[in-house]
Amino acid sequence: MLSYEFMRLALAAALLVGLTAPTVGVYLVQRRLSLIGDGLGHVALLGVAVGLVTRSAPVLTALLATVAGAVAVEVLRARRSASADVALAIMFYGGLAGGVVVVTRAPAGTPITLDSYLFGALTTTTRGDLVLFAVMAVVVLAVTIGLGRSLFTVALDEEHARASGLPVLGLNLLLAVVTAVTVTLSMRVLGLLLISGLMVLPAGCAQLVARSFRSSLVIAALIGVTVSVGGTAVSFYADTPSGGTIVLMAVAAYAVLSIARMARRGSPRSGPDVVPAPVRPVGRPGGVPLPR
Amino acid sequence: MLLSTRPRRAPAAVPVACDSALTVRGGAFGHGRDAAITGVDLAVRPGEVVAVRGPNGAGKSTLVRGVLGLCEVQAGEVRLFDVPRARFRDWHRVGYVPQRHTVAGSVPVTVRELVSSGRLGRLRAWQRFGEADRCAVDCALESAGLAGFDRRLLAELSGGQQRRALLARALAGDPELLLLDEPTAGVDAASQRVVAGTLAGLAATGAAVVVVLHEPGPLADVVTRTVTLPGAGARC
Repeated sequence: MLSYEFMRLALAAALLVGLTAPTVGVYLVQRRLSLIGDGLGHVALLGVAVGLVTRSAPVLTALLATVAGAVAVEVLRARRSASADVALAIMFYGGLAGGVVVVTRAPAGTPITLDSYLFGALTTTTRGDLVLFAVMAVVVLAVTIGLGRSLFTVALDEEHARASGLPVLGLNLLLAVVTAVTVTLSMRVLGLLLISGLMVLPAGCAQLVARSFRSSLVIAALIGVTVSVGGTAVSFYADTPSGGTIVLMAVAAYAVLSIARMARRGSPRSGPDVVPAPVRPVGRPGGVPLPR
Repeated sequence: MLLSTRPRRAPAAVPVACDSALTVRGGAFGHGRDAAITGVDLAVRPGEVVAVRGPNGAGKSTLVRGVLGLCEVQAGEVRLFDVPRARFRDWHRVGYVPQRHTVAGSVPVTVRELVSSGRLGRLRAWQRFGEADRCAVDCALESAGLAGFDRRLLAELSGGQQRRALLARALAGDPELLLLDEPTAGVDAASQRVVAGTLAGLAATGAAVVVVLHEPGPLADVVTRTVTLPGAGARC
């Protein structure tokens, strides 16, 4: 497998994505924004389509669209308006529909189809792509690890973080931008429709076995790397699509860990799942709108 | 609205940096255009433990949240350590224990991780935890009666222990003004006594404490002054 240049590049890209996506996902899961990556994937499609039509780099146009979408999500959440939920749906499905329509205007002979962005086309990764991916991965990890304590504090209790004088809106925007970068980084490996899987499922696995937030982050990254690189290798030998194979391996990891935990504790009800839901003080309008 | 004050005990004689930890003059607080509480006058000096009491809906929580900037100040003036709230930047000097268990829990979080998050206001964004920070967290855990619980998951604690963990989080920041919103509601007598002891200790070091109370319980012994909010016309 390693004798093929395209597989070496593919495995390197899978390693970068497997390491980065779960470190973002842990914060998203903690903030109950698990599906935000999926929504941003929809928005990214519009960026890809614009890139294909204008013959500019689809990765860059997708990055611009996703960052704009992510910032809009945070601004809507910060305003706590009752219609924010619908506004998010409009943005996400508008992005998806826009992408599908705009791409039909792409000049004849465009080599890459929308399909390769929807479901991933890992083996088309070039050396140039890999350099760009590495830069993006470093940016994401610098934020998720370097500013981990601040992001954790906000994700844990946003109101208390605000009362402590932390720049809550700034940190939320930063996490949103990092999520957008991760979505763009992952789209070639996993496909826009499967991105959320690699962000959220390793975090879900960590939730089952970790004994602290810090260990959740480490376990999620380890599982992410394992399923991402493992899934890419399996997809090479089994001749299956890489994105789907990676996500199915993450699902399998979750299933195995759940069963192991049930067997160990003798009850599926014990553990982190029984944490009391956050209770908002009376008189505070609304909770946190879900992304979709 | 006039606030009745009932002195209980002279404030502890401790050296203080400024005369007033918290001053509210003619304050009105609420969400949006609705004021939940109006005409609040309150001055809390270092070393005092002031209880805020009143019927449900009197605006006790709104007052605390208004001081912290979690709901709007619609009229009047709020000063923290003699600095108008709008210009106040030293939020690390202020601790807050919210009314209920507001800690969202999807991902496992240890007691130490929660309490350490209360120290963050004293650190710069990229700054790492130092020895002094770890000591502050240890002290906070011990004063809240949670020594030895630091590796336990938050989700595994009882309701009373979780409330004490929230108190420890506020203590970890070494607050000079601590605002607590019903820290003893639904907490057993033993935990209430721990909270009372902690607040007395904090006030003895010169910190100002404002505690919203529905039932005074064991805290009655440490409260130096009680402020009662009338309930009429309140909405929040």
